[in-house]
Amino acid sequence: MEHPTDRRALHPFWVIVNKEMTDHVRSWRFIILLSLILLTCFGSLYTAVNNIGTPAKPGTPDSGAFLFLKLFTATDGTLPSFIVFINFLGPLLGITLGFDAVNSERGTLSRIMSQPIHRDYLLNGKFTASLLVVAILFFSLTFLVMGLGLIVIGVPPTAGEFFRILSFTLVSVLYVAFWLNLSILFSVRFRQPATSALTSIAVWLFLAIFYPILIRMAAHAMAPASGIMADPDALMQYQHTVLNFLRFAPSQLFSDATTTLLMPMVRSLGPLTMEQVAGAIPNPLPLGESLFIVWPQLTGLIAATIVCFALSYFSFMRKEIRSR
Amino acid sequence: MKDPVIAITRLTKRYGSLTAVDNLDLSVYKGEVFGLLGPNGAGKSTTILMLLGLTEPFAGFMKVCGIDPTKNPIEVKKKVGYLPDDVGFYDNRTGLDNLLYTARLNRIPKEQALRKAHQLLEQVGLGAETKKRAGAYSRGMRQRLGLADVLIKDPEIIILDEPTLGIDPTGVREFLDLIVRLSRDQGITVLLSSHHLHQVQQICDRVGLFVGGRLIAEGDITALSAKVFGEEPFLIEADIVCPDSEDLSSLQTTLRQLEGVGSLTLVSGSLHIGCSHDVTAEIARTVIQSGYGLTRLQKRTHGLDDIYHRYFEGGKA
Repeated sequence: MEHPTDRRALHPFWVIVNKEMTDHVRSWRFIILLSLILLTCFGSLYTAVNNIGTPAKPGTPDSGAFLFLKLFTATDGTLPSFIVFINFLGPLLGITLGFDAVNSERGTLSRIMSQPIHRDYLLNGKFTASLLVVAILFFSLTFLVMGLGLIVIGVPPTAGEFFRILSFTLVSVLYVAFWLNLSILFSVRFRQPATSALTSIAVWLFLAIFYPILIRMAAHAMAPASGIMADPDALMQYQHTVLNFLRFAPSQLFSDATTTLLMPMVRSLGPLTMEQVAGAIPNPLPLGESLFIVWPQLTGLIAATIVCFALSYFSFMRKEIRSR
Repeated sequence: MKDPVIAITRLTKRYGSLTAVDNLDLSVYKGEVFGLLGPNGAGKSTTILMLLGLTEPFAGFMKVCGIDPTKNPIEVKKKVGYLPDDVGFYDNRTGLDNLLYTARLNRIPKEQALRKAHQLLEQVGLGAETKKRAGAYSRGMRQRLGLADVLIKDPEIIILDEPTLGIDPTGVREFLDLIVRLSRDQGITVLLSSHHLHQVQQICDRVGLFVGGRLIAEGDITALSAKVFGEEPFLIEADIVCPDSEDLSSLQTTLRQLEGVGSLTLVSGSLHIGCSHDVTAEIARTVIQSGYGLTRLQKRTHGLDDIYHRYFEGGKA
């Protein structure tokens, strides 16, 4: 009794993606987080628009240029800027979308696995669905901010600015993808959704707050002599080491990457000596050069994301399919 | 009989040092209802998971509808519907949505899936609950929705793992009737695992007794009891009143002379007589003629209960 399968019917993988996306969009937690993000974004947009006329550092020659990018970075100190908010809320969004991806499938996992689909469809489908939701959310948010900015300040973005903003959005999606994969990994490892949620949040808080504090404390203890007697090589070495340790945290990678992308005046992420700066003309970098500077950061983020995904894939494929 | 639709040869599954399934040989034929009977942890679920290609066997071969589930699980899963014990649904979706999701995973075109889903929901008696969220379903309703979920892909074989667990007695009866009707009407082969003897006895054509990862007996109930109780498939219980001067021993000697009478045991005042065929009438006559009083005489055929217990006594001994 062969039932007629329609080749035109949606591929099972996309059926799963479709269902997962609907689940996300309909869920309360997504709606709550969405309103939180919208609120903070418009808050930061408001302060940005109010302060867009005042240059970040008085006297810098770029006060007129790249006006549009300032929508994302400008602040008067009362509210953090758009990128800082994304840096902070992005992980929360990723964790929210992923922490119960697999362990909430109690009783349903064996039923779904007995359908004619490959085992990895479920995990890949869930990941793809969440990533699509994040991408759609971020791109629409960015375009919304751009549109509103256009109305308010009345200056259209240049092509360079437009592509910088697009790459910023892509990096943000990548950043959230890392947290998404981390929480999916925990959702495969832990049976209770609450455990995986708490573990993800603990990792996030540790990396976002405690890790930089610890590194700075350690760095303080090991700081070489400063002042007139200081050895410039040792100082440089020291600064580089501290920065590199800080970069183990994804939020540091993200803020490095986004700052460089949205502030074309940034030409190095490490310390520069006076000699290096001496001959330099304070001109903005082209987009290609900015991307070149943040390439290590991007690679780091991509690698961390892939490692998390590979680990969850591996443990999901080895997982015993048992009911409850 | 024809070629088996499920053929298992020397199947073994080990978890570390634990052997969950040990050298299993089993054949299930088309259209029959086969009961896998055994206590918890006997390896029933593991066997089922291997049949679906969800767990890899350690050794041995399987063919389900002529396909090896280890090598080609997708093809097998197209033809086999599986209802896990304590089946779960997406609680925030309606029963209908849950069915349609399964249908779409099986690439059934939309209109056809919708038609079929409504028809199946009607068939399992959930016609009124179509739009209700699956989270609000009772245990019995979930199980019936599970059956509809299994049937929506038009399977050749359905495998039910402990399908009656946690349903009330009327629910169980309705559910089992439904399964039998489906099997008869549509020629679906049913493999059912359970530790409830009576239910298995009610509906299964053949039964496999599964203990410690091994199939220790297989066949219909009569064949099984013949296998287990050997020469004495019949048991006759007699309550006997002795005359003043006598005790039972002389009667026992007389009874042993009868053709077909095997063992004689005294169990709490009544005499249990094992026989190779039905000799109830002869026994009654003998007892009366010997001057004994007969207060009760009962013929019992062995049910699965007895078969089961016999095995467990054997297993412990």
